[in-house]
Amino acid sequence: MRQLLTFIRKEFKHVFRDKKTLLMLFGMPTAQIILFGFALTNEIKNTSLGIMDLSKDEVTRQIIRKIDESKYFEVKMYLENERGIEQAFKRDQIRAAVVFPANFAQELRHSNKSQIQIIADASDPNAATSITNYLTNIINEYQLQQKSALVAPMQIIPEVRMLYNPELKGAPNFVPGVIALVLMLVCTMMSSVSIVKEKELGTMEILLVSPFKPIYIIISKLMPFLIISIFNLMIILLLSVTLLDLEIKGNIILLLIASILFIVTSLSIGLLISTTAKTQQNAMMISLMGMMLPTMLLTGFMFPIENMPLILRILSNIVPSRWFFIIIKNVMLKGLGIESIWKELLILTFMCFSLLTLSIRKFKIRLQE
Amino acid sequence: MITVQHLIKTYNKGTVKAVNDISFEVKDGELFGLIGPDGAGKSSIFRMLTTLLLPDSGIATVNGYDIVNDFQNIRNHIGYMPGRFSLYQDLTIEENLEFFATVFNTSIEENYDLIKDIYVQIEPFKDRRTGKLSGGMKQKLALCCALIHKPDVLFLDEPTTGVDVVSRREFWDMLKKLKNQGLTILVSTPYMDEAGLCDRIALLQNGQILSIDTPAHIVASFGDILYSLSSPKMYKLLVTMRAYDNMNSCFAFGDSLHLTLKDNSKKDELYSYLKKSDFGEIEINQIMPTIEDCFIKLLKEN
Repeated sequence: MRQLLTFIRKEFKHVFRDKKTLLMLFGMPTAQIILFGFALTNEIKNTSLGIMDLSKDEVTRQIIRKIDESKYFEVKMYLENERGIEQAFKRDQIRAAVVFPANFAQELRHSNKSQIQIIADASDPNAATSITNYLTNIINEYQLQQKSALVAPMQIIPEVRMLYNPELKGAPNFVPGVIALVLMLVCTMMSSVSIVKEKELGTMEILLVSPFKPIYIIISKLMPFLIISIFNLMIILLLSVTLLDLEIKGNIILLLIASILFIVTSLSIGLLISTTAKTQQNAMMISLMGMMLPTMLLTGFMFPIENMPLILRILSNIVPSRWFFIIIKNVMLKGLGIESIWKELLILTFMCFSLLTLSIRKFKIRLQE
Repeated sequence: MITVQHLIKTYNKGTVKAVNDISFEVKDGELFGLIGPDGAGKSSIFRMLTTLLLPDSGIATVNGYDIVNDFQNIRNHIGYMPGRFSLYQDLTIEENLEFFATVFNTSIEENYDLIKDIYVQIEPFKDRRTGKLSGGMKQKLALCCALIHKPDVLFLDEPTTGVDVVSRREFWDMLKKLKNQGLTILVSTPYMDEAGLCDRIALLQNGQILSIDTPAHIVASFGDILYSLSSPKMYKLLVTMRAYDNMNSCFAFGDSLHLTLKDNSKKDELYSYLKKSDFGEIEINQIMPTIEDCFIKLLKEN
């Protein structure tokens, strides 16, 4: 036991004395969460808007104020004519324009109908779609408020509710994905490199020629990364809650247990890589190239798996992060309990044990030839 | 005790014979040296005996334990210092020593007397990271780490390679001391001058043993009269001597030539032969052969 503790302490020293490793361990998750959370989202924030109000009545003013008040839009300029709109678009001053025709309120009062024109810069079609959707939503909302105030003829208005992410925030989609991706990559790479490093340095020769059992070598090699990964997970969760306004709806203990299971699985993959890799570079390449793409593609957070060709859908089943992604989404975003994820947990447990057994059995008690 | 019988080890699917049918025996408390140039198969023998490599064929035991089947028992009782420097560069001297002591289930304090003579020399730098030490200091630390658990058998693979002359001598003094404490030591070295410091040696070349005996016996078995020649014009002297009819062997050895004659009765002829050319002041002495002379002679005979 004392041996094991000393060994683990030694492993921690390696990690903390290597600035590059340290930067990667703690920098990568933070950078990724911020990157994915902010930069790579397709959500709309503070979009510059131009208004052409030919009516200038009470209703248009109210709608404009409502648009301006929302955090998605910012009314940048008031325009007088079509040419002004075109120029503003060309000068990149606005990304969308709202046009109110003359006598807007009057029309509305008389015929209960009125038209608003929304012009969006569709050079980025996704953003344009979102912008028009958001604008339509805001206008509809205003309409609803007015309707409830008046006694109006019955009208059926379809209500579209976005489940779990009603505001269509980008972060909820990305955070579970980033957690799965970061944990998978960091754990796999770190564990594979750290064991190959001993081989490369020649210290493995001495360790093998010692009473210290190989299984303890493995445990002490993996332990620091397990603890660091849990710490990393905490940082990611903390960042998600504070920075990305995400709330953890489910049981955090359940989330942690599932995460530890996933971390150990990833570490075992790294262990498996280390049994075949000959140099640190080699190990790094295998774990980065071999893991990055399948994890990104087949986890389901970037591209929905249901839309993939059959062969990829089958292949995605062996990617641990795919199952972990489901778990984390269900627990964190939907607030569901163990009854909704027991299947995924079971699959992960199975993967974890078979990978661990395989890599321990493949761990070479002698030098490679 | 170490016994080795007909050990064979090949690499690259049998194309490279690193160890080719080697047998020898190291008695308890003996300081046994494997002497040979790089690529002679020394490290392969070490790795097989320390259970790190499996032999293709042959049997070997360490303290009665078979190197293939009882590898765990062997690992519990030996100390090994690999040829390459293998300590953690990012740990300090003290941390390295402490780590290896703990891994081998002991502590620095417990066996301090065993390493004291060596460790006092590097102790002033104990908080320095190993990566920043000189070659000699690294070697001393590595030896400390190999010794710290008081092994029965010590395997040292080229412990003095890359170490300065003074440190080398100190190192061998330490080995003598350890041997006197009853340790069985198998050591390898490419330096022939260190061979004489072992109890017995095996001369190795291309995975085969040329000779096994005590250094004194090996020297005695040289069986030829050896002359040492030196002059200010060494290269010319070498060329001239190589062309000499009565020359049996002649090679440069440090700052002199070592020479054996085909017919020693014609030694006086040598003087007249040399006088033909102008070499400046020539010195000719009959000398005792060294291990290296024997090694070169054995190489020639094989």
